Amino acid sequence: MAQITLIEAVTQALAYEMAHDDSVVVLGEDVGVNGGVFRATQGLQEKFGELRVLDTPLDETTIAGVTVGLAAQGMKPVAEAQFEGFIYPMMEQIACHAARLRNRTRGRITVPAVWRAPWGGGIRAPEHHSEANEHLFTNIPGLRVVMPSSPARAYGLLLAAIRDPDPVMFFEPKRIYRQYKEEVPDDGEALPLDVCFVLRDGTDVTIVTWGAQVKEALEAADELAADGISAEVIDVATLTPLDFDTIAESVQKTGRCVIVHEAPKTAGFGAEIAARIAEECLYDLLAPVERVTGFDTHIPLFRLEMKYLPSTERVVEAAKRTLAAS
Amino acid sequence: MSIAAKFEIEYLQYLDAEGKQVRDDLPAFANDLDHMVELYKLMMSTRVFDAKSVALQRTGKLGTYASCLGHEAAHVGIGSAMKPEDVFAPSYREYGAQLYRGVQPREVYMYWGGDERGNDYQKEPARHDFAWSVPIATQCLHAAGSALAFKIRNEKRVAVCTIGDGGSSKGDFYGAINIAGAQNLPLVAVIVNNQWAISVPRKIQSGAPTLAQKGIAAGLYCIQVDGNDIIAVRKAMGDALDRARNGEGGSVLELVTYRLSDHTTADDARRYRGEQEVKDAWAKEPMKRLRAWLVAKGVWDDAKEEAWKNECDEWMDNEVNAYLETKTQPVTAMFDYTFADVPADLAKQRDLALQLDKKAH
Repeated sequence: MAQITLIEAVTQALAYEMAHDDSVVVLGEDVGVNGGVFRATQGLQEKFGELRVLDTPLDETTIAGVTVGLAAQGMKPVAEAQFEGFIYPMMEQIACHAARLRNRTRGRITVPAVWRAPWGGGIRAPEHHSEANEHLFTNIPGLRVVMPSSPARAYGLLLAAIRDPDPVMFFEPKRIYRQYKEEVPDDGEALPLDVCFVLRDGTDVTIVTWGAQVKEALEAADELAADGISAEVIDVATLTPLDFDTIAESVQKTGRCVIVHEAPKTAGFGAEIAARIAEECLYDLLAPVERVTGFDTHIPLFRLEMKYLPSTERVVEAAKRTLAAS
Repeated sequence: MSIAAKFEIEYLQYLDAEGKQVRDDLPAFANDLDHMVELYKLMMSTRVFDAKSVALQRTGKLGTYASCLGHEAAHVGIGSAMKPEDVFAPSYREYGAQLYRGVQPREVYMYWGGDERGNDYQKEPARHDFAWSVPIATQCLHAAGSALAFKIRNEKRVAVCTIGDGGSSKGDFYGAINIAGAQNLPLVAVIVNNQWAISVPRKIQSGAPTLAQKGIAAGLYCIQVDGNDIIAVRKAMGDALDRARNGEGGSVLELVTYRLSDHTTADDARRYRGEQEVKDAWAKEPMKRLRAWLVAKGVWDDAKEEAWKNECDEWMDNEVNAYLETKTQPVTAMFDYTFADVPADLAKQRDLALQLDKKAH
């Protein structure tokens, strides 16, 4: 079985589903001949033609609104926002229509669409190319916000997202697009949405994260283990609707929690998880919840970029603080 | 210097304000006088429906309502030219077109009366149409996406969207006609130019002499039409739909009409427009001219007018009663349609809402 990268897993999932479901179409800027600026759609136009892999005019609003129209007619569009930082013009269509057409028509019109976007920093990209804005979408009812953290989860979760009857934001952490390879069978098996994945069992502290930061969380767990500290690592994977039960169960076991994310701290999705822990697990806690996040600044250009992103060291220190507090 | 491109915009009118024919080449449908009487009757139903809606709002039985007074020819002209299999993505006052396509007055009352079930149109072909869009011009892209789906699936269907003169200023409108031109999509974008976007007049929306010509930039066929003349509207729509259905591309139609009402029941148009302007607009209103033409043809008279008015009143009274008798949805309804299935986390909030609701009773 071939070993593939996360970006290749995205391509593999798109190709599988397009081959098995004629209603799946891919659209966006540069997705055709060029195969997308990150090559996520490479080779798809050759296989499936210019109408099912459609290069659109350069207008994010058009891409988003046409996606709503396609989905409302029973197609399963997968739209690409070239970078997550370009997604703001799409937000009106996503928030006002994609997320609410089912509700406002009592289920008569639905939007089974996926919006893919290369997400986050760490690749020395120009301005407006490195945003981590998942929290802007987690506050919109009717949307699923999904973020894979490995090639296998990219494949399985993207298949699930395309098959889901409701709109899904699929944020791909581009920092780990080509970081490593793993075996991903092209068997069409989807992974479940709306559940967290426990990547590592532990008993002393729970590290909750998603997307690219899973790498730092797992590295931190290794370093903590060397010091005799057992860390449980949870990949949230589907941010909304949130599987809080898995997080609660872990926090009840360990009594300590560190939440790690790349987005700015204030009103980031970590704030929601911390608040839920305070509401539902306060008396299980042995130490205050820690957050290791980006700063409440714009993500800097690349000379300072790595000083913005949460580091493994910061995660280790935060975990140790929770242990020292009790 | 050579010329890179040249264009002109045709203006189409068959009936003047007095109901006199200004051209002899009437389209075939206009020679079918029974059909023309049917169109007039639906225009009248629309006007009676509209008056009833405003009355319901004034007596506290509806929330804010957007009137369609003066748009009857434009709206019925659009609806009557479309085939059932076409898809309509309307703005929020195109009731005449929607009634033609099977939307029931009780559903419109229900929507403005605060109940989402008003958008769950029960009858075809409205059942496969979009519910109207409140964010201005965003629905144009839904029509473009629908047209793209028809092209991909090789279906002989057309997507029609309507916007106002204000809506033609939005990027969504341009994005829709632009991709329609680039991909040769079966899209008909209709600008119902009623001269006012709430308090902002047409001349402030655009420096272009016609709004129709905006479609030239997208490579679409464009025409300006007397929007108070139903023969002209239906003819221009029919031609645009035929072209789209035959793979000859999209169109932009500008229907020049006038909003005789306030923008909505929450608006007071006297703040921003003069009495004389409205008086002049009444002289050009769409029903008077069609009635005069039908009377001159000997197929309509005061007795028929009175009889049909009574039928409309009875129809709308029944619809109002059906609306008023509709029970409020259970509190769970707000959860049941957020996703296809209620996610576990949301189910907990639904349980809470149920408990609170029981306590309140």
